[in-house]
Amino acid sequence: MLVVQVARESQAVWALVRRNFHLIRRYLGWEAVFLFYNVVNTLTIGLIGLAMPAGAARDREVVYLAIGALLWNFLSILFQEVSNSVQWERWEGTIEYSFMAPIHRLTYLGGVCVWAVLYGLVRTMVVLLGVALFFHITVAGADLAGAGMVLVASSVPFIGLGLMAAVLPLLSTERGAQATQVIQGVLLLISGVYYPVSVLPAWIKWAAVLSPATYTLQYVRQAVLSGASMVSLIPVSLGLLASGVVLIPLGLLIFTVAERYAMHRGTLKRNG
Amino acid sequence: MAAIPLDRVALEATGLRKSFREREPGERQWRRVDAVAGIDLVVPRREILGILGPNGSGKSTLIRMMATLLIPDHGSVRVFGLDTVRDRMAVRRLINRVSVEASFFKKLTAAENLAYATGLYGVSNRQSQREAARILDRLGLPARKLHVPLEQLSRGQQQKVAIARALLTSPTLMLLDEPTTGLDPKSRREVQEFILEVRATHDATIIISTHDMEEADRICDRVAIIDRGRFSAIDTPQGLKARYGDGRDSLEAVFFNLIGTTLDEEEDA
Repeated sequence: MLVVQVARESQAVWALVRRNFHLIRRYLGWEAVFLFYNVVNTLTIGLIGLAMPAGAARDREVVYLAIGALLWNFLSILFQEVSNSVQWERWEGTIEYSFMAPIHRLTYLGGVCVWAVLYGLVRTMVVLLGVALFFHITVAGADLAGAGMVLVASSVPFIGLGLMAAVLPLLSTERGAQATQVIQGVLLLISGVYYPVSVLPAWIKWAAVLSPATYTLQYVRQAVLSGASMVSLIPVSLGLLASGVVLIPLGLLIFTVAERYAMHRGTLKRNG
Repeated sequence: MAAIPLDRVALEATGLRKSFREREPGERQWRRVDAVAGIDLVVPRREILGILGPNGSGKSTLIRMMATLLIPDHGSVRVFGLDTVRDRMAVRRLINRVSVEASFFKKLTAAENLAYATGLYGVSNRQSQREAARILDRLGLPARKLHVPLEQLSRGQQQKVAIARALLTSPTLMLLDEPTTGLDPKSRREVQEFILEVRATHDATIIISTHDMEEADRICDRVAIIDRGRFSAIDTPQGLKARYGDGRDSLEAVFFNLIGTTLDEEEDA
């Protein structure tokens, strides 16, 4: 019986991933445009570093900025795809059908998260390819495996944050997506994406410790620019995973409570 | 899953109430509106029950509570003995719903939408495509329409796909919320015939909300007339006409006598 249930839930996860893949295919023109913009945006950020006088410091600055842009690209896609999952269904009017299906909410959100990771990886790889072709910079001694380990670990808490943000369209049809954008903007500001958090004003600097991206960026940069070993990155990776272990169930709990609230108030059916 | 006993009631609603807070544009004050104001209902297995009423009478709210999408303020709904709030997951395996809006991902084809919808219910893609072609052919929609984006199909064609979506999951209780609204007469008749066929071949119980009195008269075993969240009467079409029809063989006369106006006048208001 458990095997049947797991098979059924897995099939639902696959149905969600396949649905989103078909949607991307239908909006391929827009996907190409947004991807082009992503690549160009990352290149322009890296070019800020090229404005420095020639030398090792300049190359380091370009890589520093490129890491910020690439990681933020990946993490923000994760956050957006998860947090906008409900909003998208509202716009299409399909939310009641999806939520009426006999699958656990964890399965539905799990399917969304699987898609978000796959989609984020593909898009980021394309941007990385563009950066590699544009900037002919080698990074000697970089521990790419260690950087990858930190990035994978940071995906978990970011998915948890995305789950919490996905609640907002359930609570307020009109303001949910707006609030999600505000949260993403705050994360961009406090996480040290393009600058060390030490340059932030004192009144906001304290908030940097709350963002998983702060640690991701700091330690990926250490791995790539300073060659920090994989072993030395294990503690921060475990810390990120631990925060995700807290954030994901918390996000799921908040989502479940919000869904029940929407079912009481009758706001589940309202379109965006 | 164990077979459901034949004598089990398909649906039982007890003391059902649901209200919402609403505010008119420009008003500051919120007010509470009773969408469902006390409904008791027993639907035996394999019955086709029609719910007839004007816009705003509570039909969709009632259907949503049956479909586990709305939590009642008071009372309960049980589907084959399972509570729609406490046993939500189990109920969802037994039911499906067709809404008045064609709720699809408009850029996706019918086949892609159906693959997604049935995938959530554990139906394989191959099986759903095969069955979908058969159902849509029965509803008068050619198989090639399966590969056309939904936004390029007419409202009637979209609604046929919606009916196929509901049926592909083999529900024991089907909730149809104005499924023939917007369909041309031929399509409407095809859907009505199909509903009768579904009851016969799939052992399904069907609850259908409708504006169409002729439809209710034609396919429903019983009709409940709903107004302002309450049932004014519930009986077979013949029984309603005999009690409230003033000698006229028409549900419209029944509706007029019970509600005090015609369906058209209600909607114009």
